[in-house]
Amino acid sequence: MSELTSQIRDLLEGEFPEVLVEGEVSNLRIPLSGHVFFTLKDPKSQLKAVIFKTQTRFLKFVLENGQHVLCWGRISVYEPKGEYRLIVDYLEPKGLGALQLAFEQLKKKLEAEGLFDPSHKKPLPLLPQRIGIVTSPKGAVIKDMLKVLKRRFENLHILIYPVRVQGEGAAEEIAEAIDYLGKSGLVDVIIVARGGGSIEDLWAFNEEIVVRSIFRCPVPVISAIGHETDYTISDFVADLRAPTPSAAAEMVVKQKEDLREKINLLHKRLFNAIKHILTLKEERLKRLEKNLKDPRKKLKDLFRHTINAEKRLIQNMLFIIERNSQRLNVSCKLLLTHTPKRRCELLRDKLFSLTSRLKKGIILQIKTKENNLQFLAGKLNDVSPLTILSRGYSITWLLPHNVLVKDAAQVSIGDRVRVVLAKGELECLVKGKSE
Amino acid sequence: MASMSFEESLRQLEFIVEELEKGDLPLEEALKLFEKGVELARFCYNKLDEVKRKVEILVKEGEQLIPRPFEEEENGS
Repeated sequence: MSELTSQIRDLLEGEFPEVLVEGEVSNLRIPLSGHVFFTLKDPKSQLKAVIFKTQTRFLKFVLENGQHVLCWGRISVYEPKGEYRLIVDYLEPKGLGALQLAFEQLKKKLEAEGLFDPSHKKPLPLLPQRIGIVTSPKGAVIKDMLKVLKRRFENLHILIYPVRVQGEGAAEEIAEAIDYLGKSGLVDVIIVARGGGSIEDLWAFNEEIVVRSIFRCPVPVISAIGHETDYTISDFVADLRAPTPSAAAEMVVKQKEDLREKINLLHKRLFNAIKHILTLKEERLKRLEKNLKDPRKKLKDLFRHTINAEKRLIQNMLFIIERNSQRLNVSCKLLLTHTPKRRCELLRDKLFSLTSRLKKGIILQIKTKENNLQFLAGKLNDVSPLTILSRGYSITWLLPHNVLVKDAAQVSIGDRVRVVLAKGELECLVKGKSE
Repeated sequence: MASMSFEESLRQLEFIVEELEKGDLPLEEALKLFEKGVELARFCYNKLDEVKRKVEILVKEGEQLIPRPFEEEENGS
């Protein structure tokens, strides 16, 4: 089988490597993968087509159901499903489909009337308790929604208003249901739901009667029509658009769950806060208590402190006195040993000794000098000419000039000389001489 | 308290929690606020659970629409 499919693929791909196709876009679907899936159709036939994500960036406009488009691409086979399909490389619009055109016209008209104005949007109730669902009681949609609501275990009161969601008369039923629930006071919020389908399938929700019933509904309306990529005019006028019916159910449940969580958190914070405050107060009390002492104990402490200080003071004083008296003693002793009396005595003694030494010295000096003098006098006596004369010698002086004569040559015969004797003198006339 | 809306109770509870979290309140005032907070939280919980889980479908009986229990199992499963 795989081989056959593979051969078919080769055949088709070989035969249609490049095609240009014209048709209307329907069943447009863009899953998370980002690839764009849709069916091209004309009055006679349909062709499945895909734009791979990498090619979508060449799309210059938002691809919508009902658009008449020209596609360039090639034919390929999707083997897992045994389907052939058009792989679109490029695509451009070619006029609008009839329904799409009607859609655009109504949308434009209601928009001009201000029906889509955000100021008309009512906020969802903070606490949605009773939920009205306008949908078909049969089929997957209500089942999925109830599954969501059940799974989340929230206590909710759900009131279903069964309606036909497509075909003749569907729009009127839907509008009537919305009006009824809005006025009944039975519900806090209304979900208008329908599963996915073609633009024709969803058409009731593009009818003016439905759109206007949503607009005038006093209760907030959530639209949950088709798949996430499907847009109806009801979506524009609703107070909130849910991507799918299940998502609408999720929104409501989540709102309540969030609230419960919020209250849980507040409850916890409340207890933590009071605990914190009590802890702070307790700590402060303990701190104060610690600082608060019995005054008697404080007095005792002070007393003890004073005594200690006093003791230390006395000890210090005694120590200082002791030390100073020691120093005084030492100083006194030093002073006594250095007394001027003693010094005076010493000086006097010294003076005495010096005086006596002076006297003795002088006497000695005198004696020595006397002795010297005697000795010298003796010696002088010895050499005195008088002494020599006494021994018979005489001294001869040549007259008239009294020149001492030591040599006979000094004297000529006839000269007069004076001869000094030990006793008396003679004046002589030289008569002869010998040399 | 009974006449107070859920929204108002929640708002007050938030206010009280924030006041208490500032932590500089006199003890008596703090305790008074705490008591009020506990009461408000209880009120909110009660409001949340006020409604019992119930799935009903409106059934036309003559000219009137009457809520009847919706049998989920019968529908499509």
